Amino acid sequence: MKYLPLIWATLWRKKIRTIFTLASIVIAFLLFGVLETVDAAFTHPNGGASGADKLITTNKYSITLSLPLADAQQIAGVSGVVAVTWITWFGGYYQESKNFIFAQPIDTASYFNVYKDELIVSDAAMQSFLETRTGALVDVALMKKFGWKVGDRLPLHSAIWTQKDGSLDWIFDIVGTLDAKDPAQASALSSTVLFHYEYFDEGRNFGKGDVGWFEERVADPAQSAEMSSRIDAVFANSPNETKTQPAKDFAMAFIKQYGDIGFVLRAILGAVFFTLLFLTGNTMMQSVKERIPELAVLKTLGFADGTVLMLVVGESMLLCVLAALVGLALSFAALPVIRGALQGVELSRDAWIPGLGIAVLLALVIAMPPGIRAMRLNIIDALADRH
Amino acid sequence: MFKQWIALSAMSLSTLPQRIGASSVIVIGIAGVVAVLVSVLAMGVGLRHTLADGGRADRAIVLRGGSDVELNSNLTREDIAVIGNAPGLAVDGSGKPLLSAELVTVVNVPKKDTGTDANVTLRGVGAKLTEVRPEIVMQSGRMFRPAVRELIAGAGAVRQFRGLEPGSVLHLRNAEWTVTGVFTSNGDVHESELLADADTVASATERTGFSSALVLLSSAGAFDRFKDSLTTDPQLRVDVQREPEYYAAQSKALSQAINVVGNSVAVIMAIGAMFGALNSMYSAVAARGLEIATLRAIGFSAMPVMLSVMVEALALALLGGVIGAALAWIVFNGHSVSTLGSAFSQVVFQLAVTPTLVVTGIVWACVIGLLGGLFPALRAARLPVAEALRAT
Repeated sequence: MKYLPLIWATLWRKKIRTIFTLASIVIAFLLFGVLETVDAAFTHPNGGASGADKLITTNKYSITLSLPLADAQQIAGVSGVVAVTWITWFGGYYQESKNFIFAQPIDTASYFNVYKDELIVSDAAMQSFLETRTGALVDVALMKKFGWKVGDRLPLHSAIWTQKDGSLDWIFDIVGTLDAKDPAQASALSSTVLFHYEYFDEGRNFGKGDVGWFEERVADPAQSAEMSSRIDAVFANSPNETKTQPAKDFAMAFIKQYGDIGFVLRAILGAVFFTLLFLTGNTMMQSVKERIPELAVLKTLGFADGTVLMLVVGESMLLCVLAALVGLALSFAALPVIRGALQGVELSRDAWIPGLGIAVLLALVIAMPPGIRAMRLNIIDALADRH
Repeated sequence: MFKQWIALSAMSLSTLPQRIGASSVIVIGIAGVVAVLVSVLAMGVGLRHTLADGGRADRAIVLRGGSDVELNSNLTREDIAVIGNAPGLAVDGSGKPLLSAELVTVVNVPKKDTGTDANVTLRGVGAKLTEVRPEIVMQSGRMFRPAVRELIAGAGAVRQFRGLEPGSVLHLRNAEWTVTGVFTSNGDVHESELLADADTVASATERTGFSSALVLLSSAGAFDRFKDSLTTDPQLRVDVQREPEYYAAQSKALSQAINVVGNSVAVIMAIGAMFGALNSMYSAVAARGLEIATLRAIGFSAMPVMLSVMVEALALALLGGVIGAALAWIVFNGHSVSTLGSAFSQVVFQLAVTPTLVVTGIVWACVIGLLGGLFPALRAARLPVAEALRAT
């Protein structure tokens, strides 16, 4: 530790070079932080607002095929299922198709039975929702995004469901807001609108009595795998076989459909760090080479070979770790921007530890060749400029 | 002056091997940037090639009004009959319109690499399939027969998904479907799909209507007549699009997203590589300080000295750019990947490293090289001659 001022001084021996080197490492770690967080968001999705005690039952052959509403009775009868509700893909958007709205026709009683621990709806809003056939509960962030107010009339376009007159436009009345109890889950709700299944089912001109999928709350999350097969067993050999899985697995399988995003990100990072290793390693090599007479003087003064090696490693370590910290901090500052781009994906900040680990490793690899060279330096040759 | 510049540039380039360490930093740094840029953009190009280049100008697709993708659309048998009687359609020998009423559904098929289920399009097609879509060619096996549970698989789908080889059996809704053959379709999006007889698919999925109607027009110019007759019919509520327009709209969002990601990662990397280039060129100038000062002392002027440094940076950058683009081409050109398209089903496509992309990569390399060489070049030009000569 007492050599810190010495290392600090040698680090800034050539200011411009150090600044450029620092800047390129900072950029590599900025990229690392951003890509790692995006990767984490894709490999560990949080399954929407659902916790570990939620299961999702879809049609076995495709999520786009519907299931009969009557199945709810049989699912509720499976022991271990505390509550079951049903949802249908509405394919909603507001005004333009880029304004996607996750509008869900829900059965109020059973829906809030399943999600009672996750969602906040004020009593007044709930009362008003129950009394209004065309009522809609809207996520708070979505209200803010479009500047909607309670009492507003909300026209949504469905890409799928026509009403009896052939129209794809559905009118709702905003009666209250919806929020997540756990603030960390709020982004998963970010485009949610809930409305009555009865209004939806009476209004649509085909598919009546069908639902998209079922969501269940189970008593014991540890048993969700057995529960899943128990539910599927009920519908085995029926015209509508089912596929039940924990909500997290469902989200994961869905995200995996986008392809091996992790591989693409790691390939990019690999290219970045290989390039960086070469760049910084070369700079260190150069810097040590220029300082050979100085190092020889240090050795003459009695610095041990090991200490000289430590000085070089220390310098590289300081450079890499400092730059990594700045780069990671910058990438976290960029998180809100990414969150905007990846709606509903939860972003973590777990890139700190692997990031710093990589920085230390990078520093060691970079410092080794010039460090060993400095360690083996022969004082006489070095002072005589015969290296 | 021009002569001086040529002479100096030749000299600095010929001494490059002596500065191999610092020079290779520029080459490798820029090669990395270009390789990543070209690879990611190759994904976008491959996707566009598969989606947007699909379709012919003399074919039109009819969807229910307001449905942007086939999966959401719904047309009744009566709608199909009206569409078949519209003017402007090509007809077969017996005067029947060349129309394929299609039913698009999505089925779960596991991906080969992850083993997890993916949404694969199962497209029920009409009897006029091979006349409406002549580009569909059997690669192996035979065509499916109507009224029995048989299907054919696209070549792209066979590459990406499990159990689609001819002879395999697929379990779909309590029934076993046999894969009878593999088809190609000019590399378009249908190669990611499974095709079967529309009526058989309808009975298996308990659907009564269709998703879309694909028609062959008597000529590309007949489109307006065909469209007008359908959109002015009060009985119908449909959207009529030329096939290429429909597919272009499908690929827009995804290929845009890929381009944004590719370009932003490349910009960040390019900044890093520029710092590397700056460092290397500064040290190159420093190492050649005595040489440059000597040249200035014997009468070379500042401008050619500066330009020769720029030429060196540019030459290294160019080399890096070429290596990076070549690397992307060797590793990724033709590499087959799949993703979830905007139609909620898998699109299989191949990365395409096109000449345009290679040029783009090399242009980036030159810009990085120029920016990285500029300041060191200025320093070289401003080097105080007397001081530099004394420096040893």
